[in-house]
Amino acid sequence: MDLGHAPQDEEFRYAARSWLAARVPGTPLPSLETAEGFAAHREWERTLAADRWSVVSWPEEYGGRGASLARWLIFEEEYYAAQAPGRVSQNGISLLAPTLFAHGSPAQLARVLPPMASGEVIWAQAWSEPEAGSDLAALRSTAVRTAGGWLLSGQKTWSSRAAFADRAFGLFRSHPDADRPHRGLTYLMFDLAAPGVTVRPIGRLDGKPAFAELFLDEVFVPDEDVIGEPGQGWRVAMSTAGNERGLTLRSPGRFTASADRLVALWRQRADPADTALRDRVADAVIGARAYHLFARAGAARLATGDDLGAESSLNKIFWSELDIALHETALDLLGAAGELADSADEAPDHGSWAAGWTFALAGPIYAGTNEIQRDIIAERLLGLPKGRR
Amino acid sequence: MTFLLDDEQREFGRTLDRMLGAADIAGAVRAWAVDDTGPGRKVWQRLADLGVFALAVPEEHAGSGFLPVELAVAFVELGRHGVPGPVVETVAAAALLRRLGDPAPSARWLPGIATGGHLVSYADTYGETVGTDGTAGTDGTGEGGHPGGDAGGGRGPYALDAHTADTTFVVAGDRLLSATGHGPVQPSLDPARRLARPAYGGEVLASGPAVRAASRHAVDVAASLTAAQALGAGRRLLADTVTYVRQRKQFGVAVGSFQAVRHRLADALVALEFAQPLVFGAAVALAAETGADGQRGRLVATEGAGRAAAVRREVAAAKVAAGEAAYGAARAALQLHGAIGYTDELDLSLWIRKARALRTAWGTPSECRARVLTGQDIFY
Repeated sequence: MDLGHAPQDEEFRYAARSWLAARVPGTPLPSLETAEGFAAHREWERTLAADRWSVVSWPEEYGGRGASLARWLIFEEEYYAAQAPGRVSQNGISLLAPTLFAHGSPAQLARVLPPMASGEVIWAQAWSEPEAGSDLAALRSTAVRTAGGWLLSGQKTWSSRAAFADRAFGLFRSHPDADRPHRGLTYLMFDLAAPGVTVRPIGRLDGKPAFAELFLDEVFVPDEDVIGEPGQGWRVAMSTAGNERGLTLRSPGRFTASADRLVALWRQRADPADTALRDRVADAVIGARAYHLFARAGAARLATGDDLGAESSLNKIFWSELDIALHETALDLLGAAGELADSADEAPDHGSWAAGWTFALAGPIYAGTNEIQRDIIAERLLGLPKGRR
Repeated sequence: MTFLLDDEQREFGRTLDRMLGAADIAGAVRAWAVDDTGPGRKVWQRLADLGVFALAVPEEHAGSGFLPVELAVAFVELGRHGVPGPVVETVAAAALLRRLGDPAPSARWLPGIATGGHLVSYADTYGETVGTDGTAGTDGTGEGGHPGGDAGGGRGPYALDAHTADTTFVVAGDRLLSATGHGPVQPSLDPARRLARPAYGGEVLASGPAVRAASRHAVDVAASLTAAQALGAGRRLLADTVTYVRQRKQFGVAVGSFQAVRHRLADALVALEFAQPLVFGAAVALAAETGADGQRGRLVATEGAGRAAAVRREVAAAKVAAGEAAYGAARAALQLHGAIGYTDELDLSLWIRKARALRTAWGTPSECRARVLTGQDIFY
């Protein structure tokens, strides 16, 4: 048992570090949840992709470096330690791409992945509906067969990034006569600029249009944009749901970097006699370290061919709660400046703590609420009987 | 290059689990609680026969070298089964002697520890000098913290099972003593644990700065193994509670089908699952520090004192997380068993009470959190 890295992996680390040191913008980009910030973040994706740093774990033919999970973890550590911009392509890279690798055709991979890697096409997700949140299988939007493809109709909501994104992916009810609600669904990709699509941005807690409602009225989708078999959408979506909850969505590097910055802030600003605050800073450090080591163990197991399965639900609960606690501690530590919005001129650290807090609050809700994750843990990891929700 | 137990280490854990599962540990604990150490010592001997105590003893003294990862594997099982006696203290004492490297005390004590005949209690006054009668003094080193659990009054920490151990090692200031006696025996909240303040007189086995350095290392070993023990105890509490709520019916259904129950147990599992890598991370750090295993590729070179501080932070993080996770599991276990869980009669109560004691043994949560943040070099 060992926590060292292979020398080649350390070389990879230093290559990433020196590239990031030269390229990361000196002042943070505007928020990616604004039109201006979205464009700036898209440009940053292009910069990353030009030197093959946007999707390091993908095969080289699609713009990646074929990096192992261990190297991806290293890249993420360096990325967040360098305070590099948030990833506007996250939905595509961590949700759609794994689904395509598992279920997509070679033609789909060749068509969809390179523009995703370069930021040319930015993806939004279209899962939830007004009457289908945690109970996703209750979704009612339809895909009706037509010549050469499908016509999508209905309403999607809480569609992250959709206010400014180019395309979206999601589940639609294609076989309304199926015997169970989660059967008869199809996984499709569609253009947000297509005729029949109306996007209504929704202001999140801080008012920024981070997500949107989508109204679909007979939107044509060609057959080539169906992933997997029609009617098998639930299975296709769920086979990679662990990616969303697991470490590929929120890498440990993000939290170890935040914890390091929190410790620096505490050393700069905190009253050493305030041991209650000290304990919370320590808990953030311990939590980040725990997540880092948990991921190292998980990566080692994946490398031996193990499937982590429902264990990704443990991950999701842990990082989402850690993220909130860490940012709450930072805001408390900042005292009177802790309530300044991230847009305030005098917000400490360019508003990153305030923005981080707002972002963190969504964590226990998206990607399957933490209540749903606890149900999964209870049934699939602890073996408790199925119960009433 | 992988943060996973190998097949041999996993099999070692399973072997201990089987052996301890077949022994009547609860009976041994209840006997130990009234100073009948016979059944417990039989278990100790079997543990020694399986090589547990040898894991802290150099090969030249009948041991297998210092293997912190294997020790962590073993102590998770000791916690899972609630083995009584100064297991942590005996291994920490061996680590102290090993680090001290003084041939005479090593030859005198280590073979007996490795082969299992010798139970050692151990306490460190953390820089305080204490009179032979237990009255306070200070050597002015200014070292903070009383990981042995000083109850105040400057009378030094308690030593676990000092009255039944074969030897009690005391580190007072920069002297290592073999204590000649102890104060009145005090029961713990954990009936398996019996506490007494050791006498601070006796044979001086070694003295000087090397004693302080060796004892600091031994305290880290003790804290890391207490964390491993807590993790095992927490796993047991959770497993027994899952079993119980699957069979206990109310309102016509298993209580484990209620969401309030299911979610509380899910949270207990999350805490344990994320404490576990910290426990093994601390073991890997101890192994790397002591040269028992190679570790390279750290971003920040941690040499000498900086490296010891880094190890100490890893250990402290493990201690906080495992202590809290085990105690959380104990609270969940008690609540979800209901009144039956609140009885002395049910063996579950042995683990509920142990989780409380282990939380403060060899470093309180607050002390350990402070340790995580102390030192100039970064944690990662």
